[in-house]
Amino acid sequence: MLVIPALLVAVGALLPVAYLGVRATERGFDTVAEVLFRERTAALLGRSTALAVSVTVASIVIGVGLAWLTVRCRLPGGGVWAVVAALPLAIPTYVAGFAYISRFPSLAGFRGAWLVLTLYSYPYVYLPVAGALRGLDPAMEEASRSLGVGAWRTFTGVTLRQLRPAIAAGGLLVSLYVFSDFGAVSLMRFDAFTRVIYQSYQSSFDRTPAAILGALLVVVTVLIVVAEGRSRGRVRYSRTGKGTARRPAAVDLGRWRWPATLTVTGIAALTLGVPGVTLGIWLQRGISTGQSFADTGEAALGSLTAAGLGAVVTVAAAVPVALLAARYRSPLANAVERASYAGHALPGLVIALSLVFFATRYVDVLYQRLPLLVIAYFVLFLPLAVGAVHAAAVQAPPVLDDVARSLGSSPWRVLRTVTAPLTAPGVAAGAALVFLTCMKELPATLLLRPTGFDTLAVRVWEETGAGEYAAAAPPAALLVLVAAIPTWLLTRHGRDLT
Amino acid sequence: MRRRRLVAVLLAAVSVGGAAAGCSANPFGGSAALTVYSGRNPNLVDPLLDMFEKETGIEVKRRYGGTAELAAQILEEGAKTRADVFFAQDAGALGALQKADVLGPLEVGTDSVPARFKAPDGTWVGVSGRARVIVYDERTLTESAVPDSVFALTEPTWKGRFGIAPTNASFQSFVTGMRVLTGEARTEKWLRDIQANGVKEYDNNIAVLEAVDRGEVDLGLINHYYWFETAKERGKDALNAQVKFLGNNDPGALVNVAGVAILKGTDRRKDAQKLVEYLLSTPAQTYFRDVTFEYPLVGGVTPATGLPPLTEVSGPQIELADLDTLEDTLALLDRSGLT
Repeated sequence: MLVIPALLVAVGALLPVAYLGVRATERGFDTVAEVLFRERTAALLGRSTALAVSVTVASIVIGVGLAWLTVRCRLPGGGVWAVVAALPLAIPTYVAGFAYISRFPSLAGFRGAWLVLTLYSYPYVYLPVAGALRGLDPAMEEASRSLGVGAWRTFTGVTLRQLRPAIAAGGLLVSLYVFSDFGAVSLMRFDAFTRVIYQSYQSSFDRTPAAILGALLVVVTVLIVVAEGRSRGRVRYSRTGKGTARRPAAVDLGRWRWPATLTVTGIAALTLGVPGVTLGIWLQRGISTGQSFADTGEAALGSLTAAGLGAVVTVAAAVPVALLAARYRSPLANAVERASYAGHALPGLVIALSLVFFATRYVDVLYQRLPLLVIAYFVLFLPLAVGAVHAAAVQAPPVLDDVARSLGSSPWRVLRTVTAPLTAPGVAAGAALVFLTCMKELPATLLLRPTGFDTLAVRVWEETGAGEYAAAAPPAALLVLVAAIPTWLLTRHGRDLT
Repeated sequence: MRRRRLVAVLLAAVSVGGAAAGCSANPFGGSAALTVYSGRNPNLVDPLLDMFEKETGIEVKRRYGGTAELAAQILEEGAKTRADVFFAQDAGALGALQKADVLGPLEVGTDSVPARFKAPDGTWVGVSGRARVIVYDERTLTESAVPDSVFALTEPTWKGRFGIAPTNASFQSFVTGMRVLTGEARTEKWLRDIQANGVKEYDNNIAVLEAVDRGEVDLGLINHYYWFETAKERGKDALNAQVKFLGNNDPGALVNVAGVAILKGTDRRKDAQKLVEYLLSTPAQTYFRDVTFEYPLVGGVTPATGLPPLTEVSGPQIELADLDTLEDTLALLDRSGLT
């Protein structure tokens, strides 16, 4: 029942790969070899990998640390920190990167790219880990402590081990995001994959070398996804005991309370403070030169429409893939789930061009219409939704499905009355995550939107492109504010689990 | 409960937005209007196209994007392209489309545009120009002391006294011009020599101009209109930075253009031609001069006050469409450490 829709989704997600195959090989394999074995390509691969690894490691440290502090510890301010820690997700890297480079020009290069990408992608680790921590049964940790194991060893040996799937899933998203991001690396002038692919279009107007590098990026993605799959192993993470899990007691940090608060505040100052000040300066200048929020209204509605449809379609497509992978550990289920990641490390421009290619050739009626833009969002952000639904599905004991089946329920009824309610929080989280990511998306939106259709991201691009920062302030501020709403909802959903 | 609230928020967003999209700028519209793909910024092009609409009654639909991205999009669309006219930021993109054989003949009178600013086969025409210039700090230098050639910047006199914006597209096309004009070896040597001579690197043209103005460096290489924009904003007398046009045939005096082309497969050829004609007309050329401080390219429209006529800034003799080998320039900049 799940297989056919899941296969269709996988085929959709693989469209960009097919396109890259066509474009990369159109001038023969000599060109492919020539581009692949250039010295610059090897250096590029090394640089991008170093960036992805260092950002992922730093994101895991910050993400897990913040999750533990905000979920398990008593901090002054209480629940506010759980929201603050997720908010960087609402700020596009092209806004944050701009704020950093204009204030600290010496950051240009690896350091700046690393800093901005870490600060704005650690929530991909923080959110699933915080969710998992909330849903975690404290019984194991209590057993460990009662057997005389220290607090730190219990944390590393029991808690972290149980959080492993959440950490791995978040780390996967961060590493792929680093490969796909254009905003941070271009503003920091660090030659990572996306920047070089863009330069290739800009400098020679030649699509072949860009496609070859894109194909290489797909290979890298496959390797990362497979590695993450291995690390997941065959452990089960749902409760097996009777009854429901209790809420763990909050940890009193004692004299570490203030250093911990200072750390959390410091990270918030870096993530929200720096771009906040820049946006504030723009806004102030905008108000003094008579810019108003009025003309951003239409762009805001455009953003809401495109991102809303993108979220609904992407989540609907993610459900069969995630359920298939969570419930049936067959090679086919695994392959389908991994295929959904195919386009996730590719720059939005490549995804957009691949859809231009297919739409104008086979479904011309969709071209430059809203549905095609929504399809682009689905291809780009499917893994965000698959990950969220999958995480919820594996925490629900599969035995419940089996029991319902054995009591004579039809598969459809089981899906409706047992599986769906259990995975609903994951569906909601996936929708919120995809929604806010679509809001920030720029390159695919520019190429695929209906002519005359504006979004907030497009308005920011237009005004900053003309150097009109005062005029860019209203759409940029509105973009961050609107994206903050689903981000806030994301931090709430973990509580529904308990 | 919270779940339901989220779903409600999303649904509300979709329905409200959907309604708005339905009544806003006709996103699903047919092909009644002329469609322009513009790689130039909307803040600059929209008023111009509005003027055209008012004058001719022809409705113009505008798709904005980066010049390179739109060129790739047009190539990917092939015969199915929705573009009738392509308005590009630089001649390289137009040259690439011409080579891919997706442009049709303009068949518009372009005689008043000098030959070096249009395609030899008549598939595209430049509509406005920008010149590379050198800016200097008038507190430390007189105009005659300022070098006439970029090659002079390698002399010990200028050690540590000049700035560039090496990652900027305009600097890169200047280097491409130098490569086409003087060859790879001499260009690479120049790039290495200016670094040995302590060149200061900045983010963009404006930053170079600001650095000269506050006396951080004495000389800077930029596009001419940045100086004219700033001079208008702050008043010419308030500026310490002054502008000098480099000697004839020096690669540092490159004049590049923004231009237009008509797509081969357009079904609105007449209207497209009217638009190209309009962009070459006196009102449009005056707009480029007065609003964007670019060079008008049509004979008869004088450049802004303070600008020498284009005939005097003849620049190096190269085909602008040959500036599509930027990839080699980037490799060269990479090798010589200027990225």
